[in-house]
Amino acid sequence: MTTTTANTTPLDVAAVRADFPILSRTVRDGKPLVYLDSGATSQRPVQVLDAERRFLETANAAVHRGAHQLAEEATDAYEDARAKIADFVGATPGELVFTKNATEGINLVAYAMGNAATDPGRAVASFAVGPGDEIVITEMEHHANLVPWQQLCQRTGATLRWFGVTEDGRLDLSNLDELITERTKVVAFAHQSNVLGTVNPVEPLVRKAHEVGALVLLDACQSVPHFPVDFTALGVDFAVFSGHKMLAPSGIGVLYGRRELLEAMPPFLTGGSMIELVRMEGSTFAPPPQKFEAGVPMTSQAVGLGAAVDYLNAIGMDRVAAHEHLLAERALTGLAEIPGVRIIGPPDTVDRGATVAFVVDGVHPHDAGQVLDSLGIAVRVGHHCAWPLHRSCGVPATVRATFYLYNELSEVDALVNGVREAQRFFGVA
Amino acid sequence: MTVNLESMYQEIILDHYKNPHGRGLRDPFDAESFQVNPTCGDEVTLRVKVTDGKVSDVSYEGQGCSISQASTSVLTDLVTGHTVDEALTTMDAFVELMQGRGNIEPDEDVLEDGVAFAGVAKYPARVKCALLGWMAFKDALARTSNEVEA
Repeated sequence: MTTTTANTTPLDVAAVRADFPILSRTVRDGKPLVYLDSGATSQRPVQVLDAERRFLETANAAVHRGAHQLAEEATDAYEDARAKIADFVGATPGELVFTKNATEGINLVAYAMGNAATDPGRAVASFAVGPGDEIVITEMEHHANLVPWQQLCQRTGATLRWFGVTEDGRLDLSNLDELITERTKVVAFAHQSNVLGTVNPVEPLVRKAHEVGALVLLDACQSVPHFPVDFTALGVDFAVFSGHKMLAPSGIGVLYGRRELLEAMPPFLTGGSMIELVRMEGSTFAPPPQKFEAGVPMTSQAVGLGAAVDYLNAIGMDRVAAHEHLLAERALTGLAEIPGVRIIGPPDTVDRGATVAFVVDGVHPHDAGQVLDSLGIAVRVGHHCAWPLHRSCGVPATVRATFYLYNELSEVDALVNGVREAQRFFGVA
Repeated sequence: MTVNLESMYQEIILDHYKNPHGRGLRDPFDAESFQVNPTCGDEVTLRVKVTDGKVSDVSYEGQGCSISQASTSVLTDLVTGHTVDEALTTMDAFVELMQGRGNIEPDEDVLEDGVAFAGVAKYPARVKCALLGWMAFKDALARTSNEVEA
């Protein structure tokens, strides 16, 4: 594996695409697939598929139990993947917990905090949440970073507060000092919005949160796959991301937590693997990350995520980001030129990823999506698990195109032409 | 434009979408139902008035795609003026058509303009859209009879 983050040569998209068999299929009566839904789930290169298959064909066994050779090899593969993935996000292996997905990672933290609150005997002050405490999120959160906190507040009597969104799709931090106070226990927010594409400023939120002794959880689902991210440098306390949004299998996600926090935090799921000593009268727990990985974990998926990290490293995340920047620019320009199309999110590419949501006057997003689908273009329509954000933007739903390293500029043009076609079909152009 | 798209968006559907029948919430009514499609946020509020065992008025408002809006418009045509039993039979036929994955031959005598939705049944993601108003009708009607019994 070579790290080529300093490589600034443009991405060879044709070569990348050759690694993704699904991109050469056709859909809807022979139309070439134009896959613009990587924000929902990305496609997987043969390198990832092969790594999973190779593991299953040669080394599959239950990890962290058993002393036979396969068990050793499987455990090594699992832990090697953890080390690689940790390095990819500026963390150490002991700070990286494998979960089913990012949603589970956020729930893990929320439930661990709830557990701390109901178990004062072992509670660590910084985790216990109760009446009078506040949890601060933002109105642009995916439901995964919203509902678990709502639920934690309901269970513990804490209060949920949130930052609003400005008209141009940025986080409104004008009331930063009012929202993040001595009462705040957690500040949880998306690194990059899964609808607006906005890349949020981590630094001021981390600084303010730490000033008042609050913990910061970063939802990095839409950032880690798309540009270089270093959790240690960002100074966040927790972060989550999902494998399937970064060329890896589904069923594998990551929770990052600062080592001392993971050591102090009570477990979420309990059972096998996560224990140190079990007696009928009570149990003690393994050190992290095992403390948070109860049961036989997903192994080929972790190996697949490790292979995805190798793949992205070989290309270089700077080059991925630069390529997506070009795609976003082309999409924003092309869509803005169509009368009746409104971008929901920042109109320019400053602090913005290649996630482009929009509405078309007179054509409901479902209908626009159907026309695009008939042309072979796969986009997401609806509220994209960010219903409150859509309400605050005054739209029931949007069309969302999300781009990744394997998308070509010509696919952006296909999208723009497809939107014009939808307008023609519904007689609004 | 592709054949597929036109098989879904029949002229009848586009006509109902652009010129919906019975739209707007009206008094008097016996029961009201609010239904939402959680995957896309489309919603409908629908009221039912039953007089002497007949559906005397169906009124609604909502926001949603052409399929959900047109299907609710067709619904008002199909059930208004009919007995509750007839309305439920029609509803069953429409639900059966929508859940048939495109393999059911609709009976135009029963479903009238509703037959235009046969193409929609081939798109599983859109079936919920087509049924949104009907689910509201079913729910409102159930509330009506509950209230009558009570």
